[in-house]
Amino acid sequence: MSTAHDKAQATLLARYPQHFQAFYKGRISTVLLGLLAVAVFAFGVHSLDMSYRRIVGGLGELGSMVLRMIPPDPGSWHQAGVYAYAMLETLAIALLGTLMAATAAFPLGFLAARNTTINQVVKFFARRSFDTLRGVDILIWALIWINVVGLGPFAGVLALFVSDLGIFGKLFSEAIEAADDKPVEGVLSTGGSPIAAVRFGILPQLLPVLLSQVLYAFESNTRSASIIGIVGAGGIGLILSEQIRTLELQQMSFVILMILATVSLIDLVCARLRFSIIGARAL
Amino acid sequence: MNSPSTRSQAYAQAVAAKRRQIWLGLLVLGVCVVFAGHIAEISAFKFLDNIGSFTSYFYRIAHLENGQWVVSDPVEWFWGWKKWLALMGETLLMAYVGTLLGAIAALVLCFLASKNMTQNTWVVFATRRLLEFSRTVPEIVFALIFVVAFSLGPLPGILALAIHTTGALGKLFAEVVENVDMKPVDGVLATGGNWLHKVRFAVLPQVASNFASYALLRFEINVRGAAVLGFVGAGGIGQTLLEVIRKFYYADVSALLVLIIATVMLIDALTERVRHRLLGLERAG
Repeated sequence: MSTAHDKAQATLLARYPQHFQAFYKGRISTVLLGLLAVAVFAFGVHSLDMSYRRIVGGLGELGSMVLRMIPPDPGSWHQAGVYAYAMLETLAIALLGTLMAATAAFPLGFLAARNTTINQVVKFFARRSFDTLRGVDILIWALIWINVVGLGPFAGVLALFVSDLGIFGKLFSEAIEAADDKPVEGVLSTGGSPIAAVRFGILPQLLPVLLSQVLYAFESNTRSASIIGIVGAGGIGLILSEQIRTLELQQMSFVILMILATVSLIDLVCARLRFSIIGARAL
Repeated sequence: MNSPSTRSQAYAQAVAAKRRQIWLGLLVLGVCVVFAGHIAEISAFKFLDNIGSFTSYFYRIAHLENGQWVVSDPVEWFWGWKKWLALMGETLLMAYVGTLLGAIAALVLCFLASKNMTQNTWVVFATRRLLEFSRTVPEIVFALIFVVAFSLGPLPGILALAIHTTGALGKLFAEVVENVDMKPVDGVLATGGNWLHKVRFAVLPQVASNFASYALLRFEINVRGAAVLGFVGAGGIGQTLLEVIRKFYYADVSALLVLIIATVMLIDALTERVRHRLLGLERAG
């Protein structure tokens, strides 16, 4: 049985050598890549001090921490009120940061879009600035703004504003480029000015898309706003990091659950609003 | 009934109704903004006051101690390049190990989270909730907790990245697996293959390039993430960045930012090329 199989394979090999060669080539490069991946991984484990003892000891500690987190408990009604207010502050930071970024990105998006920009140099600089703003993490922006305006929620709003400006600028300009230019030609052919072409040709197509992107960003900003407090930029993150440092674990798990619940609530509301704005149109 | 005047009236009414809706929406938004501004303790005046200090901050980080432009003396600007490059290398390594661990965990869990591979609905449900939890909690929160449990250093950062990656990749992987062509699966089953054979010979060949592409994309994201994990003491270049920002070493701030942005852009460009090749391979194959 097996000899017949071997024989058949040998004839196939002799008849179609080129197919088998390609197959073996692919195999060899896959194996080499795998070996490289494992080698880098081993180097990482070694140089980053991931010893077996540390991991096992840490897991034990983590297990006991998780046990001490249960049940989640705010401590007192007064504390629960404090947390709720901090959560509200987080939402306020997210709302203001998102709105400011959207407002600023709206005109700038036109400058960065191929079909509405003034000239290539402006477009180039607008795009590279957006890239740079996006390249810096929001926590870094938060730290920088703290240096400029001091600790507190205002630094958080500005951090969200700057990092969202990069995201919105890119998204908006892409949406503008994707807009159909037939309405624009229509407006221009009836004697409309370029401004009128943007207002009546592009904006009606654009607004639902932009609003849906802003709403989507708002829910992800609620997440970001809840962590920037860790570096001191307002919101619930400050409370969270203090609780972890002082090992008030039951309160901490309460706060984490509160953040998760709020984020999923915002998720739900935004999804509803998005659906009512863009209607049944798939996006 | 359908005369032009009534039609135009109906049109005017429809437009007016829409206008009213928009104004109402704007009013609600305006109230929210005023309320939010009150809570976040900001006002337009405060913002205008601070614009000057923002530009002066950027002026300062663009100049060396001796008042010269940073670009005029790159050696002085990047005086700590050996240490910084080593830290950046550590950050990349953290991102790599974290991504790999997370991708392996996601690879195992994604089959349990996809309906076409796992018949038991409870297993599917539980795995999905687990993945959801691990991607909803921000990685920096995991890092904060792990720093307490595992003590300071790259290890807690790597684990935080790995858990977040498991959640994010597990979901994407499961979606890919749910969309595979089931005919090869039936084929393997018909020849008497077991569950593992099914995964190895029917599903993996269809999804491998997609999985690798998603994992690379996640690696890009994790490089950014790893750069700030040091803020909470979880290793990488973040710790140093936090120090130079807090201590107002202006030129160092810009040097580190330039280093991080350049590294992120380099990694993005590299992985993008690999990803395009992977996806091209899938289309050709």
